[in-house]
Amino acid sequence: MVEALTNFFEDLGMRKIPEQLEFLLTPENIPFAIWETLYAPLLATVLAYVIGLPLGILLVTGEQNGIRPLPRPLMQVLNTVINLLRSIPFLILMVLVMPLSRLILGTSVGTMATVVPLTVAAAPYVARLVEGSLREMDRGVIEAAQAMGCSPWQIVTKVILPECKPSLITGATNAAITVLGYGAMAGAIGGGGLGAIALMRGYNRGQTLVLYVAVIILVILVQIIQSVGTALAVKTDKRIQKTNSKKEKRK
Amino acid sequence: MIEIKNVAKTYKSADGDFTAIRNINLTVEDGDIFGIIGLSGAGKSTLVRCINLLEVPTEGDVLIDGQSMLSLSHKELLAARKKIGMIFQGFNLLSQRTALGNVCFPMELAGVPRKDAVKRARELLQIVDLGSKENSYPSQLSGGQKQRVAIARALATDPKVLLCDEATSALDPKTTRDILALIRDINKRTGITVVVITHDMKVIEEICTKVAILDGGVVAESGSVEEVFSSPKTEAGRRLVYPDGIPFEMLPNSRVIRVVFNGGTAYQPLIASLAIDCGVKVNILGADTRSIDGKAFGTMLLGLPESESEATRALAYIAAQKDITVEEVRDYRG
Repeated sequence: MVEALTNFFEDLGMRKIPEQLEFLLTPENIPFAIWETLYAPLLATVLAYVIGLPLGILLVTGEQNGIRPLPRPLMQVLNTVINLLRSIPFLILMVLVMPLSRLILGTSVGTMATVVPLTVAAAPYVARLVEGSLREMDRGVIEAAQAMGCSPWQIVTKVILPECKPSLITGATNAAITVLGYGAMAGAIGGGGLGAIALMRGYNRGQTLVLYVAVIILVILVQIIQSVGTALAVKTDKRIQKTNSKKEKRK
Repeated sequence: MIEIKNVAKTYKSADGDFTAIRNINLTVEDGDIFGIIGLSGAGKSTLVRCINLLEVPTEGDVLIDGQSMLSLSHKELLAARKKIGMIFQGFNLLSQRTALGNVCFPMELAGVPRKDAVKRARELLQIVDLGSKENSYPSQLSGGQKQRVAIARALATDPKVLLCDEATSALDPKTTRDILALIRDINKRTGITVVVITHDMKVIEEICTKVAILDGGVVAESGSVEEVFSSPKTEAGRRLVYPDGIPFEMLPNSRVIRVVFNGGTAYQPLIASLAIDCGVKVNILGADTRSIDGKAFGTMLLGLPESESEATRALAYIAAQKDITVEEVRDYRG
């Protein structure tokens, strides 16, 4: 079978097929790469939400006409820092936060070490995503909550977050996929995963087949995350009338 | 009792200050259904929000049962707001909660145990005639049904006051009547004080006992609905009460009078008897009947004959009738 595959790909004009096949067909290589591709970015996304969600909430509630206005200079600093972090290219950021990684994790290389730059890069992005979601919120509903004697904290936890849940899930899906994309660059600082394989083996060593396989698996992973995210957002959104359409189908 | 004392609200902005309302003095007695009517931009919404301090007045004070709202601490204000229900033009329901969940919401805030809250919410949904819709989400309800949920929600914490901010403006005429009937019914049953903000005369006619006309940020006129509707004293009042009159320029050159039938006798054959008794023929330029609190109020715009003596005779005849007021129209514009 290996021979047949070798012939098939070599007929397509690819070179060095046997060693590539050997790598791809070794049982643990690809699953391990998938695991490495997922865990660092997903962990970073979660951490980014720990930082970015409160920041995004503050960006909306702290405005001058928000539900809990904060001093104007503080808001300006917050906005500037977020914009600053977002404007640094990830490749540069990765190098810049190396001392931080060393401080937190004791190392600045390897897959785990990429969690730090990924989090630093994703947190401000998440803050903006959350801000965008919360801005869609109907102000009238917030006003109604205020009229009922809701405290600002209750408005955030009991009104804004539950009402914006579908949009927040959509945002989180976006964030996860973006961070996954950043993670593919992590190979540059010794991180593993499909991105690193595509870069190191596929591109640098001219192993085209490995490159293709790695990219295709990445595409599939992104598709899965997107589908799950969208399905979850639709499922939780009570503004969409699902029961009706089902009834109509039954007829 | 709600006392609005010398309230003013000025918004500061980069292009100068804007005073939405000023010199507002109103008293709403317990159990009243008090209407505040005005055209868009008259400051109605600002005024009603000054009652529960969603807008903080820049001058004056609001007293509810003698308690100054402005002197309350933040915490006390949140507690006070729980005793003031509010409904809105846009319903403002939580879209991710069922009807039952929406009605439970204010009780959750107040710390009512879940079981009691659900029980009370079910009762309230029964009262607003939505017992069968408790598991429906707002997206599955019609406008009228949404407003009913909003009313049930507003009543959940047994408020003493219900503020209605253009609560029926987004509804069709039939649904509007149903919702107004519901509000009147709740007022009769519980004695809740209701403040109704509207631009629609019909809403005032339908349920209010007292009315204040807001014009350009000040109260132009206020009093019982009967009083204000039978003889509006100000230009703003006339504009609202007689909105469909013909333009002044189109009135005939002869004298024009407005006849108002003050309740009960709207159907007496005035014009016929005028023709028979005095032999004067008048020209009906416009007529309208309103039913206020069960009494019929009619207004008529009459063109008097060109002959001065006939006109005077007709005027004297009409003025002598019972329950009819008559005034000459000079500055009337529709």
